[in-house]
Amino acid sequence: MKNKELRFTLLLLLPVALVLFAYVLYPSLRTIIESFSSKEGFSAATYDTFFNSESKSNLEALWNSVYISLLSVFLSACIGIPLAFIFNKFDFPGRGFFSSIAILPIVLPSLVGVMAFMFLYGESGLVPNAIKDLLGLKKVPFSIGGISGILIVHAYTMYVYFYMTVSSTIRSIDPSLEEAAYNLGASRLTVFRKVTLPLLTPAIVGASLLVFMTSMASFSAPFLLAGGFRVLSLQIYFSKVNGNLQMAATQSVILSIVSIAFLLFMRWYQNRKDYRMSSKGIGAHRSEVKNPYIKWTMVLIGIFGVVVLLLPHATILLLSLVPDGTWTWQKYPTKFNLNNFLLLFNEPRIWDPVRNSLLLAFIATAGNLVFGVLTSYVLVKRKFIGKNMLDILVMLPWALPATVVGMNLILAFNEPSVFTFGNILVGTFWILPLAYFTRHIPLVVRSTNAALEQLDDSLEEAARNLGAKWFYTFRRVVLPLVMPGVLSGTLLAFVQAVGEFPTSVLLYTLSNRPISIEIMNQLRMFNMGQAAAYGMIQISLIGIVLFISNKFLGVKAERSL
Amino acid sequence: MSSITLDAIAKSFGKVKAVHELNLEIKKGEFFTFLGPSGCGKTTTLRMIAGFYYPTKGSIKFGEKDVTRVVPEKRNTGMVFQNYALFPHMTVFENVAFGLKVRKQSSSEIKRRVEDALKKVRLDQYMMRQVSQLSGGQQQRVALARALVIEPDILLLDEPLSNLDARLRDEMRTEILRLQRDYGITTIYVTHDQVEALSMSDRIAVFNAGVCQQIGTPKEIYNNPANDFVASFIGETNLIPVTPAAADAGTIRLNWNEDSGKSLVLHNYHQGKWSELSSQPLSVSIRPEALEVLEQPAGENTFEGKVEMAQFTGAALQLFIRIGSRLVQAMVLNNLTLRELEEGDIVYVRFPEQHMRLLPRVMGEEEHEE
Ligand SMILES: Nc1ncnc2c1ncn2[C@@H]1O[C@H](COP(=O)(O)OP(=O)(O)OP(=O)(O)O)[C@@H](O)[C@H]1O
Ligand SMILES: [Mg+2]
Repeated sequence: MKNKELRFTLLLLLPVALVLFAYVLYPSLRTIIESFSSKEGFSAATYDTFFNSESKSNLEALWNSVYISLLSVFLSACIGIPLAFIFNKFDFPGRGFFSSIAILPIVLPSLVGVMAFMFLYGESGLVPNAIKDLLGLKKVPFSIGGISGILIVHAYTMYVYFYMTVSSTIRSIDPSLEEAAYNLGASRLTVFRKVTLPLLTPAIVGASLLVFMTSMASFSAPFLLAGGFRVLSLQIYFSKVNGNLQMAATQSVILSIVSIAFLLFMRWYQNRKDYRMSSKGIGAHRSEVKNPYIKWTMVLIGIFGVVVLLLPHATILLLSLVPDGTWTWQKYPTKFNLNNFLLLFNEPRIWDPVRNSLLLAFIATAGNLVFGVLTSYVLVKRKFIGKNMLDILVMLPWALPATVVGMNLILAFNEPSVFTFGNILVGTFWILPLAYFTRHIPLVVRSTNAALEQLDDSLEEAARNLGAKWFYTFRRVVLPLVMPGVLSGTLLAFVQAVGEFPTSVLLYTLSNRPISIEIMNQLRMFNMGQAAAYGMIQISLIGIVLFISNKFLGVKAERSL
Repeated sequence: MSSITLDAIAKSFGKVKAVHELNLEIKKGEFFTFLGPSGCGKTTTLRMIAGFYYPTKGSIKFGEKDVTRVVPEKRNTGMVFQNYALFPHMTVFENVAFGLKVRKQSSSEIKRRVEDALKKVRLDQYMMRQVSQLSGGQQQRVALARALVIEPDILLLDEPLSNLDARLRDEMRTEILRLQRDYGITTIYVTHDQVEALSMSDRIAVFNAGVCQQIGTPKEIYNNPANDFVASFIGETNLIPVTPAAADAGTIRLNWNEDSGKSLVLHNYHQGKWSELSSQPLSVSIRPEALEVLEQPAGENTFEGKVEMAQFTGAALQLFIRIGSRLVQAMVLNNLTLRELEEGDIVYVRFPEQHMRLLPRVMGEEEHEE
């Protein structure tokens, strides 16, 4: 009966709402409260310090974050958009191969990517030194570090957002639209300005905001490359390390406000204009490049691009083969073997972080799987009041920078609470899986939503009509059909958990330190080889998972972002 | 197998009243059709019977049992969905076996009954196929087999043929009827295709805008429609809005509303029926095939007209004849008695009394065709 349905919805909703409240909303509220409370009670002193202090270090960090983000957007767009055009509008030898290589930066976990760039282009990096020696220069011709380093790493990893969103839009533009414009007498330029560009605008704006938010939240690049340069996400970490929790909370609140403002702007923009294409399934016509000079120039540029894109991966592989202590004063490594990998299996101290990472990621992801499926089912298939609120709560961890998520958890669970059954989580094993879980709620829910929305309601009704109870229907009809979508989200959450650095560095303990932390430690001890070997493990894991998703679940890597 | 009683059921979605108070009794083993234009509440009624919606008011009984608030999985109805709703991750066999598995039948029993059901729909050689590898008509038959194999008390079919092409539709119509007779199962069939309804049903309920207009056998509904909506929805008809001018001793004179001076006379009209009707707005309905097209004037209820269009359809000649401000449609059998009629010819149209139906007018003027 009607009330029965309602009660059932409530029954499903209750655990979902409880988890979201306890681990998403409550920690955020704790941070806000903490930012206003000093020993004497309520006080906005830290906000005052933030905006008005003599040193201006915080304001400077905020400003740096914003302008680095703006520049990252610009650089990523400059690389991503032209690439999308070249690969989707023209046909030339090797196009398919180049275009699949173009998304490879996403298989580099952020910390490993930054590390690779340091070894490649840093002060003592391989490339500048190689050029110096080849040309017989006195000094290295260039090297990255500080802002330039951060920007280059951002451009390298984030152009992919532009590349993928613009590519998929170009592919979905019905070629007859452009043909119609030509047919009406428009010139190439007019067609581009009046037809193509307006159709691409939503994709470009969407990607811009995404890149902006990602680089506002970016932690690994500044952490390794910033030098004395301040950005807000890093300031939070320093405040926490220095024990100034109120300041860390204040900085978190301000960083969140900027991020959430952008998220809201993005939602508003996406709802305002909807240029969804009315015709579907028409592949864009690619024009074949006829002129041999242009054709082979393109191929050459393509090959050069592939080399640049793959150099970081190659560097990590190369370094991982360099045994520790054999590359100290020499300019180039001289000795290569599999020692670093062998150590992994022979030396428990070296193996521990790998085991920890896998275990932590497994626990978190298992939670994500169960919670994600339940939440998504409630959101997509059940009717109730307050759905919008729930939706916003689900998306919140996505809008919050990782550092902020970490801070939220610290401030909420460094004291006993009902949500932890009276335990203190900070400093225990369980805080890290909880952090990974919280971070990846949106990812799994969104990919499950997509699958569930595809699922026709009448299938569920047919099953019930044949006499199946709700749970049987769910198990035998709903789950098998949405499994590919669920798994692709879950697997992605798993690899991201394995590579996660910002929350790990805030929350780890000695006994549960994950790979990323060990990479940091090995770098501090100048054990490049061992650090790179850990990096290789992360890269291989991501590679394997993407391969599985692509091969067996029919999921395109670009769709999972 | 069981009878169905709908007792004053109504369903609203927010402000939209999808079904107004509906009273209906469907007998055991009957083939009953809901017929009506799009959006008139057929699916809503069917879904209330299946248990996917609960009525806002009223009650539903299967036999003696009140099922108004019983969950769908406890009703033992077999439903065939418009889009078939076959489980895409299962084979034909697994789809059909689903309901039996839920009922915890032994696997040998399941195998026997599924094979039996698939044989009945002539799909036994497709047992191990994935459902996506079947044609539309075959999928349709799997859906039927899946609904029938659980031996439901009631079979519910929601426009099951609307996704098929015309030829397949004919074939499936016979197939469904054959299976229904085989199983002798109480069946509700939803359609907006009147030919389908007339040719298949024991009885039909005609819906319009959430209100049931008439319930009856196909013959009753075609020959004695309850009002002008039913008359025009079922088959072709000419509707002439009229106002009674005089009525005494069984003779009624009806003036055409739009053409002063033209009127129809009925001599043997039933007195009791007349007293029911006389206070309402009225229309005369007459089917095209009942109009007589003559070359000479021939007494009462005959009007001069001009042929505006003549279409030869093989078996008959379809004529559109202008009488005053009205365009009436007539159908003359191609039996070579009439001279060749052409557009612009003057003819005389006779309205035979026994074919005229005097009906309450429920449709607004704008809903009339032409
Ligand atoms: N779930 C719903 N929520 C709101 N309104 C609904 C819902 N289902 C149906 N309606 C409305 O109720 C009315 C009747 O719908 P119903 O689906 O029963 O029509 P139908 O006779 O089956 O039409 P069709 O031949 O197009 O299938 C329509 O006006 C429809 O818009
Ligand atoms: Mg319907």
